[in-house]
Amino acid sequence: MHIMEGFLPVEHAIGWSVASAPVVAYGLYSINKKINKNPEQRMLLGVAAAFTFVLSALKMPSVTGSCSHPTGTGLGAILFGPSAVAPIGAVVLLFQALLLAHGGLTTLGANIFSMAIVGPFAAAAVFRLARAARFPFGVGVFLAASLGDLLTYVTTACQLAFAFPDPVGGFTASLAKFAGVFALTQIPLAISEGLLTVVVMNALLRFNREELGSLNIEGNGQEVQA
Amino acid sequence: MKRYQNLILLALVALLVAVPLWMVKRPAPGPDGAEVEIFAGADDKAKDTITAIAPQYKPWFKPLMEPPSGEIGSLLFALQAALGAGFIGYWLGSSVTRARLRRNKSEA
Repeated sequence: MHIMEGFLPVEHAIGWSVASAPVVAYGLYSINKKINKNPEQRMLLGVAAAFTFVLSALKMPSVTGSCSHPTGTGLGAILFGPSAVAPIGAVVLLFQALLLAHGGLTTLGANIFSMAIVGPFAAAAVFRLARAARFPFGVGVFLAASLGDLLTYVTTACQLAFAFPDPVGGFTASLAKFAGVFALTQIPLAISEGLLTVVVMNALLRFNREELGSLNIEGNGQEVQA
Repeated sequence: MKRYQNLILLALVALLVAVPLWMVKRPAPGPDGAEVEIFAGADDKAKDTITAIAPQYKPWFKPLMEPPSGEIGSLLFALQAALGAGFIGYWLGSSVTRARLRRNKSEA
């Protein structure tokens, strides 16, 4: 989902950065507040960040014949709320932009917006809906993580279509092309991400039940039973 | 079933990765005889799509640093994954130990 360095017109690059910056700043504030209140959650936050680090480094093959990577942002969004994931995603994207020429500084705002904002917010919303609909906990986690991943890539496709509308078909024709590159490739990878998130969540439920209880991801602690 | 859930899920992930490798066939070389590249990055494909839609567009900024070779690139990606996996491994190990100690204590 990385838009490459220099591949967004200047005004788009600035616009997406302006849109992303306040969410990253608020995320830092909310992480600080949570950690000050419950210092024992530091480890869980580390796990969520580490998960994003691993998954966004794994470039996996897809049935479309190209490679892409999961995002790993769903876990953090479920545990700490979506805004807490924005700074984590920003760090990962900055690492890749500076050292790997993967993504870029000028496109950082747009990439943060898709991977560290839209994805996590979608994941958190899907998780809430799934819980409200009384889906089992694991199913909720799976749906949240995979749809969050998929929507990250749909967002990238929209951002590119917005910047590069097709000369004939406009935004829609362009979106179809970029969605063919990103969203289609991402479907099996989104499923993988959902499954991997459930695996880590199972481990969290088994070993860190108390910390999870204080996170209040269920609304009430006793419901945390996968 | 519950006991093996994680193993089953991990096996499914492995299957999702393996199936494309087996399913996608390399297309015949193009008219210029060049091998068609498969499993290239989706980011590169998007770049090609941009070039196709807006051929006159010129990237206006270059990456500050590019990995000098593909090998160095994969080194850095491996480093990124290792940092994350190392932390998760450390957490899992300490959690398992903590759970075991607690169990031993309650039995004693």
